[in-house]
Amino acid sequence: MAIDKILVLVELTESGPTATSLELLTAARGLATTVEAASWGPGVAAAAGTIGEYGATTLYDIGDLGGALPGVPVAGALVSVLSTSGASALLIPTSYDGRDIAGRLSAKLNVPVLTNVTGLNNDDGLSTEHPIFGGTQIVHAKFTGTGVGIYVIRAKSFTAEPAGGAAAAVVAAAAPAAGNTGTATIVARHVEERSGPKLDEAAVVVSGGRGLGSANNYAWINDLAKLLNGAAGASRAIVDAGWVPYSHQVGQTGKTVKPTVYLACGISGATQHLVGMKGSKNIIAINKDQEAPIFSVADLGIVGDVNKVVPALIEALKSRG
Amino acid sequence: MLAMNVVVCVKQIPDPAAPQSLEASTNTLNRTGKLIMDDSDAYGVEMALQLVDKAGGGEVTLVSMAANGEVSGLRTALAMGAAKAILVSDDALKGSDALGTAKVLAAAIKRTQFDLILAATESSDGYTGTTPVQLAELLDLPSITFAKSVTIDGSTVKVDRQTEAGYDEVTSPLPAVVTVTAGVVEPRYPSFKGIMAAKSKPVDQVTVADLGLSPSDIGAAGSGQTITKVVDAEARASGEIVVDEGDGAQRIVTFLEGLKLI
Ligand SMILES: Cc1cc2nc3c(=O)[nH]c(=O)nc-3n(C[C@H](O)[C@H](O)[C@H](O)COP(=O)(O)OP(=O)(O)OC[C@H]3O[C@@H](n4cnc5c(N)ncnc54)[C@H](O)[C@@H]3O)c2cc1C
Ligand SMILES: Nc1ncnc2c1ncn2[C@@H]1O[C@H](COP(=O)(O)O)[C@@H](O)[C@H]1O
Repeated sequence: MAIDKILVLVELTESGPTATSLELLTAARGLATTVEAASWGPGVAAAAGTIGEYGATTLYDIGDLGGALPGVPVAGALVSVLSTSGASALLIPTSYDGRDIAGRLSAKLNVPVLTNVTGLNNDDGLSTEHPIFGGTQIVHAKFTGTGVGIYVIRAKSFTAEPAGGAAAAVVAAAAPAAGNTGTATIVARHVEERSGPKLDEAAVVVSGGRGLGSANNYAWINDLAKLLNGAAGASRAIVDAGWVPYSHQVGQTGKTVKPTVYLACGISGATQHLVGMKGSKNIIAINKDQEAPIFSVADLGIVGDVNKVVPALIEALKSRG
Repeated sequence: MLAMNVVVCVKQIPDPAAPQSLEASTNTLNRTGKLIMDDSDAYGVEMALQLVDKAGGGEVTLVSMAANGEVSGLRTALAMGAAKAILVSDDALKGSDALGTAKVLAAAIKRTQFDLILAATESSDGYTGTTPVQLAELLDLPSITFAKSVTIDGSTVKVDRQTEAGYDEVTSPLPAVVTVTAGVVEPRYPSFKGIMAAKSKPVDQVTVADLGLSPSDIGAAGSGQTITKVVDAEARASGEIVVDEGDGAQRIVTFLEGLKLI
């Protein structure tokens, strides 16, 4: 039996719904008879076309939040959206704001959240998949409580595909007054410049880890990424060390990437790194330690010194012009 | 502010460096043995100590929930300089999910005075990343997650919050819940003196009954979810691992050519 209705929380950027939001709409379409969406920000109505194309019939517009952090007002609005909609499940993208909204809503409704979901099945009701131990095992779980099931789903768990539906009907669903919980306010925004393809969209990702030896050597990673028309990534160790901004981080707490080629330079392959990149089609690893866990997922592993192999690779690619 | 009282949530977890296993009956992580302080919480403890220092008064109180009554992880944080700890332990807590944990932590935190609650963005073993926000909602407090820096200005907390695009400057009145990312501060190593002093610092051990919580809210019963099965993930086909003999770069070029990427 198909699930009656699923509500998808759609996150927007200036260019429309995020990739993960479209992935969730696509997955919901395959599971439920009716898919509805909810979103916030100044551009909700403008996104109704795209959101409809990916399968939602109704779009609840929570509206512009001004400077408020989204967690509290969006969760507040979702309480009434869910009761109007009657959806039995709510899908939320794993993101900074997505997790805040899920946490707030969970406490408001007194229902649990199923987090780090990477797969959804209809197995006599919605059932979830969660990778554990670096993705070597998959836990299957089910929400057994009463009320709506809240699912926070990782990026790239599904492939987004439009279905060609009409624009979703926009229904206003303003956030209620938040009281004390809603007093956190954004006073300024800072955007870090990045060039080239985005980390989670690039066909080639070149990542560096502590094995590079120093922040200066990260220039090699940038050079390689440029030569391969890819994006530059990093392990958490060098993000924590301040070599590169957090936006470069690949892994459990960073980005999930699934490029055609992932090239890991001086990265050990800790479980938290592996979960973010082991879905890549091809993995190349350079590490001086033959025993490094990264080799267990590598299609091509070079046991060698990054100080030698990486500059040589840059030269070889440059000489091809 | 002349005195800052900071509560830090400290999770005690099985050593991530040791092999991990699931309990056969429940398929939940085996948390029965020795537990250590989650590395992710060392940043919150350090941040709290620095904020109290800057304020020139107040103290750091640790709050932890661990079904098996483990205190070793708390002793580590006490050795770093925290003044005291509240530990909630009870067999009934086994199998608690994030919301259940938040209910327990909220009830425990209500027993103490605080201006600020710090936690990590996510734990190393559970990594739901929702507990602190659920806690904030239960305590009717504002929250700011993913802090890259935290400063106190009078009765306001100012945070640089990590975002997809860069970071936002966010402010909130105190009291509030803030989660800190790894790397925000450099956690200190406990000194010998600190380790000795930690042995006699107060750890208030409380049970579920002490907190007046209903058994249906906590433990496996309160978790509202069940694990139906655990299966092995599809393994990646093993690749070609070669020792670089000066030909490593050329092998990578050939591999990329094979994929028509160059
Ligand atoms: C809750 C939690 C979340 C986490 N989330 C993430 C995450 O999202 N992403 C992430 O990456 N990590 C994450 N981590 C951290 C993770 O556990 C590892 O600590 C981290 O990935 C290690 O980074 P690394 O491989 O660069 O460094 P190391 O583990 O120090 O590895 C360096 C590697 O470089 C090799 N090396 C050294 N010198 C050379 C040389 N000259 N040539 C070639 N190789 C060399 C070494 O053999 C070694 O294998 C998380 C941890 C926790 C607890
Ligand atoms: N049992 C616990 N005891 C104390 N703090 C906890 C506990 N569980 C979670 N926390 C706090 O909440 C953060 C996020 O945890 P999680 O929701 O499991 O990812 C942790 O890093 C801790 O700071």
